[in-house]
Amino acid sequence: MLKVFHCDFHIHTCLSPCAELDMHPQAIVEKALGVNLDIIAICDHNSAENAPYAIKAARGKNIKVFGGMEITSSEEVHVLAIFDSPDSLSSMQKYIYDHLTGKNDEERFGVQAVVNEKGEVEAINEKLLIGATDVALGDLLDNVHKLHGLTIASHIDRESFSVISQLGFVEPGMQFDALEVTPRTGLTQARNKYPELSNYSFVVSSDAHYLKDIGTALTRIMLAEPTLDELKMAFTGKNGRHIME
Amino acid sequence: MDIAAIAKELNLEIRSARDRLENIVTGGYTGDLLSDVMANSHAGDIWITRQVHQNIVAIATLKEHAGIILVNSCEPAKDTLERAKQENVPILVSRLGAFELTGKIYNLLAKDK
Repeated sequence: MLKVFHCDFHIHTCLSPCAELDMHPQAIVEKALGVNLDIIAICDHNSAENAPYAIKAARGKNIKVFGGMEITSSEEVHVLAIFDSPDSLSSMQKYIYDHLTGKNDEERFGVQAVVNEKGEVEAINEKLLIGATDVALGDLLDNVHKLHGLTIASHIDRESFSVISQLGFVEPGMQFDALEVTPRTGLTQARNKYPELSNYSFVVSSDAHYLKDIGTALTRIMLAEPTLDELKMAFTGKNGRHIME
Repeated sequence: MDIAAIAKELNLEIRSARDRLENIVTGGYTGDLLSDVMANSHAGDIWITRQVHQNIVAIATLKEHAGIILVNSCEPAKDTLERAKQENVPILVSRLGAFELTGKIYNLLAKDK
């Protein structure tokens, strides 16, 4: 039976240098439950090291957590890559780390904490996660799809790091599964603003960097169950699965 | 001043549309955010950029730029080059960074007036 799921595919953790330290996996899951989200994706900049802990923190609870990343392409376009298999996620992680150089400067950019499901610090990540990979956008999308992941163009209505700000427009051949807009724009306004993108599915996400951001935005999606396959059907409008606009 | 003269003066390497080097350059624009270039550049500009994605060709044709110069010895992506050849958009490559290249072209155009 189909039902409506409340989804937020873009939540950072304290692993992102720009997110607050209170954004550890357990706290995020609790907050997400508190605001009645059914599906969330953990998407830190160029890293998925906190995602497995968030998945663990959600075990036995009434919420589905997907592991993902907000990857920066060589054109400095931000893309959400979301996976349901831990193997795919770790393959993608390895690929991204192989294509990311530089060392983080905590003073300038912030701390990048790997925190487990109990709220304990496991490690401090020293990579320059805020940096750009040297992977071109087209190759990035291909590689995510090869690993059966979903690709969502981040905040296309923002003036920085969006596919439109960096590359001028969304080219018809670009293999995004969906396009994300900020809650400020919202789905209705986005449809008016981007008539040329009518073939794409749109989602709204919180892009939460602070606990208080979680629940400020969500996308309502009709699914049978919270799986990536169901989401793929919804993004293509198949078998009754769809995004509720 | 045409592209050929600028290419000769600044030792630029030509990657596409050799038959369009007589395109007259009336101004220039330097930028890597394609949305900004689309909003603020003008027809006849030579566009100086670090972006190598194929959308640069679309923007250059849309805005009727005289041509594109890639900085820091960056090469156009394969599909960018193919599209530039198809659309007959000159892409050139400079060893200089954007600041220095922009300054030199600015001076060349100022002298030419």
